[in-house]
Amino acid sequence: MESRDWIRDGLRAVAGGVLSIPLAIANLALLVLFLVALVMTPVLGLGLVQLPLVTNLLRLRADATRRIAAWHGVPIERPYRPRPATAGPIGWGAYRWIVTDPATWRDLAWLLPGAIVGLVLGIASLAIPIYGVEGITLLPLWIWLGTGSFGYGVIWPFETVSQGMLSLPQGALFLAIGLAVAPYLRRYDALFARLLLAPTSNARLRARVAHLSYSRADTVDAQAAELRRIERDLHDGAQARLVALGMTIGLAEELVGHDPEAARRLLAEARENSTTALVELRHLVRGIHPPVLAERGLDGAVRALALTMRLPTSVDSDVTGRLDTPVESAAYFAVAEALTNATVHSGANVAYVSMHRDDGTLRLEVGDDGHGGADPGRGTGLAGITRRLGAFDGTMTLSSPPGGPTIVTMELPCTLSSPRTTLSSGTG
Amino acid sequence: MHVVIAEDHALLRDGLTRLLEAFKFEVVATVDNGPALLPALLDHKPDVAVVDVRLPPTYTDEGLQAAIAARTAVPGLPILVLSQHVEPLYARELLGDRNGGVGYLLKDRVSDVAQFIDAVRQVADGGTVMDPEVVAQLLERSRPLDVLTAREREVLGEMAAGRSNAAIAARLFVTEKAVSKHINNIFTKLGLPPSDDDNRRVLAVLAYLNA
Repeated sequence: MESRDWIRDGLRAVAGGVLSIPLAIANLALLVLFLVALVMTPVLGLGLVQLPLVTNLLRLRADATRRIAAWHGVPIERPYRPRPATAGPIGWGAYRWIVTDPATWRDLAWLLPGAIVGLVLGIASLAIPIYGVEGITLLPLWIWLGTGSFGYGVIWPFETVSQGMLSLPQGALFLAIGLAVAPYLRRYDALFARLLLAPTSNARLRARVAHLSYSRADTVDAQAAELRRIERDLHDGAQARLVALGMTIGLAEELVGHDPEAARRLLAEARENSTTALVELRHLVRGIHPPVLAERGLDGAVRALALTMRLPTSVDSDVTGRLDTPVESAAYFAVAEALTNATVHSGANVAYVSMHRDDGTLRLEVGDDGHGGADPGRGTGLAGITRRLGAFDGTMTLSSPPGGPTIVTMELPCTLSSPRTTLSSGTG
Repeated sequence: MHVVIAEDHALLRDGLTRLLEAFKFEVVATVDNGPALLPALLDHKPDVAVVDVRLPPTYTDEGLQAAIAARTAVPGLPILVLSQHVEPLYARELLGDRNGGVGYLLKDRVSDVAQFIDAVRQVADGGTVMDPEVVAQLLERSRPLDVLTAREREVLGEMAAGRSNAAIAARLFVTEKAVSKHINNIFTKLGLPPSDDDNRRVLAVLAYLNA
């Protein structure tokens, strides 16, 4: 480490220590406020108003510590249950939500010990460097004041000037130790906070279940809408055309005896119709599961896609072998959607796709050299990607500063399936 | 003319056999799965083979793989590949050996019997026939062979679809002489060395697919 780095880190940590002193005092204030609110509950129901307001402050305070802990390399998740839709900002709903959440009581339990640890460590991280500074500046002071009994470090009191001079190196040593130790003190403070401010494994599971039910409902909705669209396309498209085809051929059959020329015309028309029906079916199939994906897997399908993009697109991939079919499909459509966005909105000259797989995670990146400024909130394309990937616990992040470049990064857990030897069905 | 047919759907296999026999082709073997295809192609060395891309047992692209393998073993073995969908990627792989005698068509094209039989004959004669859909997908991209004029690109597209100079002339309403002038310009601009004209046509189409 550069010497400047540890001095900078040390100074920051000392500043953090100083900050922790008023924060510790705030803890004590919050503890009193919360207990008062609790006690006031039976008194005209004042607690129903007070407690939610105090809890907001309490959570702000806990969140501040969580954020500070993250700076010191100790990430702490928020453990709170989501507010029920029926709960207002104050009142019985909010009150019940707060008192039934174990995280509230864990926050409360942390307030006092957290304050003590914060105070002790904060004062320690401030005191050691101050003592060092005192040592460095003591000698001139002593000479200037000239009287009284002074001492420093191991020498107490000073009797000669040379003894006084020794306070300088000692002071420098204390200052250095203080700066070096301060980041560790911050870290211990954060580790202590984590004991009570992090979600319990129970709370974590609860949050996970809530997320899963949400994403499952979302996926089921999307699938139902998709099936409905396919049904409508088949009904209005291929099915209707096949009916018309049957009628035309039947008519030709009737006519072939006495008007062969008309029959021939009808048959040509029927052939034309069958071709159109096939084109429609092909588009539909491509939207459900692109044949090239079934034939070549993700790698081949994305290469085939890149070859037909209007935007020149390069593909860099080490995804060999076949992924599970649903994952493959989600990944393919996500890449296709991102590329379509790049083509339509970015004004780019080139785009790239990179696909890498390691440790059971598939990492997809789609980038372009366009003007950036893509907004995930606008349009349905990016939301669609998030939903597709969400069904597999995948994530999407978008980086698109004004002026570009735009980079869409998608990650989803995956396993390679063994090469397929049989499949239940297939069409030539 | 001897033909080998590879198609797993019995209905389509019989239909193709009937169609080709009606036009005086002799179907020497029909195959309904991937593993049997390569030996059949190598044993019979047909004048032309009509092969479905997707075959059992994996229903992926074994027809295409067998076709490429057979042409590696017997360079220029004429094969017409049929599929329910076309991919420029597959077209590029088929043309990768730079020998003629390759076709790649949508199965739909079978219904235009005269044109389909014409395509089979062209492939048997060492020509290259690409489905108009492949050409259309490539034309959609704004990644042109910049050196070519719009007209030359048009001619190149027609060439990719396997049309002769006379047919191209008729479709573009120009004289055959003008077409051959365009084609010569294309060859020169793409830096294709003077050689047997058929081979140069394949190379030009390949350049088109790689563009």
